[in-house]
Amino acid sequence: MSRLTILAAGAGLTLLPSPPTLGAPASPTAGPAPRVHKVVIDKMKFGPVPAGIRAGDTILWINRDMFRHTATARDKSFNIDLPAGKSGKTVVTKGGKFPFYCVYHPGMKGDLTVAPR
Amino acid sequence: MTIKVALAGAAALILLAAPALSQDAAGPTDAQIAHIAYTAGQLDVEAAKQALDKSRDADVRAFAESMVRDHAAVNDKALALVKKLGVTPEANPTSQALTDAAATQHQKLASLSGDAFDTAYVKNEVAYHATVNGALADTLIPSADNAELKALLETGLTLFREHQAHAEQLAGTLD
Repeated sequence: MSRLTILAAGAGLTLLPSPPTLGAPASPTAGPAPRVHKVVIDKMKFGPVPAGIRAGDTILWINRDMFRHTATARDKSFNIDLPAGKSGKTVVTKGGKFPFYCVYHPGMKGDLTVAPR
Repeated sequence: MTIKVALAGAAALILLAAPALSQDAAGPTDAQIAHIAYTAGQLDVEAAKQALDKSRDADVRAFAESMVRDHAAVNDKALALVKKLGVTPEANPTSQALTDAAATQHQKLASLSGDAFDTAYVKNEVAYHATVNGALADTLIPSADNAELKALLETGLTLFREHQAHAEQLAGTLD
């Protein structure tokens, strides 16, 4: 909670003009820029979830199967419909461990581990 | 009762696959395999449509919807593949036995409703997928000559194993 508050406050600060910092790249936010991580679904399985996911990053779900799937968080924090051969995105907004599964094929599951930013 | 019918279907599949094998040492032809696999998928779609007509259980209906969606997807690919290969699926005693067993099962389920229907439908789905998966793994996939047909059957087997596990999990909640 306190971390989130600090983050929110930090985000507010970025709206204000800030003086250039010597020797540092001109970045609007503290820490590394948000990244995109791919999770590939193939042959009725979620592929490995990349390490190093941080709050604010995007997960790109790529469905290579001929079947419709979903990437659905057990806590319902995301629910992405993935028609055959299509992709979808989730932006992870907070840190934590998020078990997910496919609602159509409950045997398909995985865990998303997100570090706070 | 349900299990008896499913087992009759299983027995028919196994027994009738045997003469086909004995007639031809190489096993069923690709044209016969395509017909068996397509028929097996189509019969499960029809069973699912019966469930969607009769069941009011959200989980059973969601399962049935997955069966319609997934089996239709595989069968669409199968039709496209046989067309591409110039193969005409050939009716055979195994696909006929599956069709006959499914017709009997459909009739039995038609007389049930509510929880009794849900339980019987899902138990039969477990048995049916187990039977088809056994036939795929032991006979159809090893006998397929064409690499693309073999690959599609393997994809089907991966999918149907998930269906079987899903049906087993669902059956556990209905007991």
